[in-house]
Amino acid sequence: MALLEVKNLGVSFGGLRAVDEVDFHIEEGQLYGLIGPNGAGKTTIFNLLTGVYQPTEGTISINGENIIGKKTSDINLVGLGRTFQNIRLFHNMTVLDNIKTALDNQYKYSLLTSILKTPKYFAIEEEMDREAIKYLEVFGLADQADILASNLSYGPQRKLEIARALATKPKLLLLDEPAAGMNPNETVELMNTIKLVRDRFKITILLIEHDMKLVSGICEEIFVLNFGRELAKGIPSEVLKNQAVITAYLGE
Amino acid sequence: MTNVIEQLINGLRTGSIYALIALGYTMVYGIAKMINFAHGDIIMVGAYLLYVFIDIFKLPIILSVVLTIVMCSLIGVFIEKVAYKPLRKAAPLSVLITAIGVSFFLQNASLLIFSANPIKFESIIKVNAVHIGNVSIAGITIVTFIVTSIAMVLLTSFIKYTKTGYAMRAVSEDKGAAQLMGINVNRTISITFAIGSLLAAIAGILFLSQYQSLKPTMGALPGIKAFVAAVLGGIGSIPGAMLGGLALGVIESISKAYISSQLSDAIVFSVLILVLLVKPTGLLGKNFIEKV
Repeated sequence: MALLEVKNLGVSFGGLRAVDEVDFHIEEGQLYGLIGPNGAGKTTIFNLLTGVYQPTEGTISINGENIIGKKTSDINLVGLGRTFQNIRLFHNMTVLDNIKTALDNQYKYSLLTSILKTPKYFAIEEEMDREAIKYLEVFGLADQADILASNLSYGPQRKLEIARALATKPKLLLLDEPAAGMNPNETVELMNTIKLVRDRFKITILLIEHDMKLVSGICEEIFVLNFGRELAKGIPSEVLKNQAVITAYLGE
Repeated sequence: MTNVIEQLINGLRTGSIYALIALGYTMVYGIAKMINFAHGDIIMVGAYLLYVFIDIFKLPIILSVVLTIVMCSLIGVFIEKVAYKPLRKAAPLSVLITAIGVSFFLQNASLLIFSANPIKFESIIKVNAVHIGNVSIAGITIVTFIVTSIAMVLLTSFIKYTKTGYAMRAVSEDKGAAQLMGINVNRTISITFAIGSLLAAIAGILFLSQYQSLKPTMGALPGIKAFVAAVLGGIGSIPGAMLGGLALGVIESISKAYISSQLSDAIVFSVLILVLLVKPTGLLGKNFIEKV
């Protein structure tokens, strides 16, 4: 069974058909790319997957479990983590605390414990700190744990956002244009990090990009979206030869 | 000189009660992005509950205090669920008007139950005054200082260092992103209302112990003053609410003593206007810069 199964997905905003008849499935461990020109509906699909928008029709299931109609926070618990195209960190919190918000659901202590500051509170908090640092180390951010997220420079902020999404322990990680605004060198480095993350945390990744070269370099399968509809899907080398795809990207 | 110090201490006492109430306004604003104008009436509800538990049910004082605080928290959460939650996506003005409606509802409910006649209530705080040199500090003042300081320290450490605290800060910065971290936004908002109402209940108890009289509109004025304190300090900022509350109390008490007791409210509000003219986000409020 596929990890993520999307069937006949569609959504309209008033008269605008933003996504129409989108079908794809992602197997466990895959690195899947969702590409398309600006305004094609890529981020809308992410918002549908995470329950921010409700689809007009179609089904979305994770490991066979239907997630349509669930609250965003519950969809996260089912195993979906994401980052945003425009970085949405908690800017007034430290780098470490950003990760700790993502650990919120994995550690439990009661309100009373936290008010009375019992030994249990300190034990759990210490464990959360250790766990959070582990994620920061993967992205080389551990030595900046105590500074405010807003004081990080752009590249590290992107990395922190990915680390934070990872810390929710997703089965499927959605990355919305992780390389946006990065220079070519940073982009190559980031792509390598993404591959490494996939292997190390044994997760599945769905990636949005509009730079086709970049995606085809690391993704095993890609889906090309144009005006909300499927233009092509399959392994990158074949999709890139598709005449319709070339037309959409380069013009006639 | 002695007089000045005593006035200052009085001001700090009233101010620390304002600060407790202001914390509720500021926390709810920070997280639910709404002004809960019914917040001041929770003080009144707390005061009446305490009166009912002690004078009518004859329960022990400690138990009554605990029950009052717990019940006010629950009432706060209940109000949020019934009145504000259905309006989560409504325009801010609708929520504001609903809050004013809830405030009227609470005042009129207590008018119906307890009538408009003020009820006498003997202070539950029986601590002797302390004399330092020529300055004498009333027992209630000392208790107020101790209670509010403890409440503020606990609250600050709760928000800074606990799981629920991270969740609250995350929700206040970006609800959408917080949900995607698996944080239950509704639960976090409920907790915020519970804590805000709990602080208002404590303020109500201290207030009642000081003025020893109950009436259905008793929460309105301290509620408005505390709101002013929250705005003065920078609404949404917790240290701001504390600072704003204390500043307001001191200004009020000094102007009552040395300028005119009738003009004191006018002076308080003039200070608010002046501060907002110079620093529109309040004393400790962050300047909001929209990134494009």
